[in-house]
Amino acid sequence: MTAALPLVLTVFVACTVEAIEALTIVLAAGLTRQWRSTFQGMAAALVVLAAIVAVLGPTITLLPLTALRLVVGALLAIFGLQWLRKAILRAAGYKALHDEASAYLREVAAAKAAPEVSRRGVSDWYAFTLSFKGVLLEGLEVVFIVITFGDNQRNLGAAVIGAAIAIVVVTATGIAVRAPLAKVPENWMKFAVGIMLTSFGTFWGAEGAGVTWPGNDAALLVLAPVVALVSLGYAVWLRRAHGLSGPAGPPSAAAVSHTQGAAG
Amino acid sequence: MKRALKSFGAFWYDFVIGDDWHVAAIMVVALALAALLAHVAGVSAWWLVPLAAFAALAWSLRRATAGKS
Repeated sequence: MTAALPLVLTVFVACTVEAIEALTIVLAAGLTRQWRSTFQGMAAALVVLAAIVAVLGPTITLLPLTALRLVVGALLAIFGLQWLRKAILRAAGYKALHDEASAYLREVAAAKAAPEVSRRGVSDWYAFTLSFKGVLLEGLEVVFIVITFGDNQRNLGAAVIGAAIAIVVVTATGIAVRAPLAKVPENWMKFAVGIMLTSFGTFWGAEGAGVTWPGNDAALLVLAPVVALVSLGYAVWLRRAHGLSGPAGPPSAAAVSHTQGAAG
Repeated sequence: MKRALKSFGAFWYDFVIGDDWHVAAIMVVALALAALLAHVAGVSAWWLVPLAAFAALAWSLRRATAGKS
């Protein structure tokens, strides 16, 4: 279990971020529209996700480890670099910080404005689709992370445990506070997840391409801090270029005047 | 049907590739080069993929912030 701890922790942090975003959407749908249709949307999304896992999970394990590492490593590295790019742009003030409280208010405003339409046995179609899309989209990212990390480490069980703990913790907290989890340092968590995804993706991708890393698996212990340092360096460089002083951190409201959107 | 397929493709493109396709292209080329060096020349270029990742990130950040300082 000790050997699986980094895997469990990485998947836990990544899935916590996704679960928080899904919770914000579900709360907006449930509290402003109606819970019955919201739960129906959630259930439908979970059925679709289960089907994807049932098909993808066994199929991907049939691939030889080298091919798996090349394909999955490339996907993870690309995915991780996307996260890092957004996190650095946020830290440098070029993009608005992802704020669950304001994301919640946007969803609530849209939910209040939408008419209540009954369709296909669902009494509130808007609440159903809002909840379905939110859970499916964030759930797909959870599935992607669990399958890629679990299969690559040949330890799907540990990856599932990490994801399950994240989902249970976020759901229980959401039920307890009945509000979006705005106090969670989500932007820094996203930065950390971007570093982990990029490091593991680069490591596995290169290994799948036939590269032998100096020190084998121990190379990851050097690679991850180097990715973190370079990313922080980029954030500091962009903050200076943007006229913000001090180390990388949450920018002022004025600094995000030319927001590019808040997705991701 | 055509519209549904288009939005399905757009969803997966956005999910995997994201805002800047150049990053994905650079990583694919770097991995192909690393494979070529390993299997044809017998060189284990372990430094190539991380360097490509750092370069891709820097280039993408520069493109995203150009003219916004």
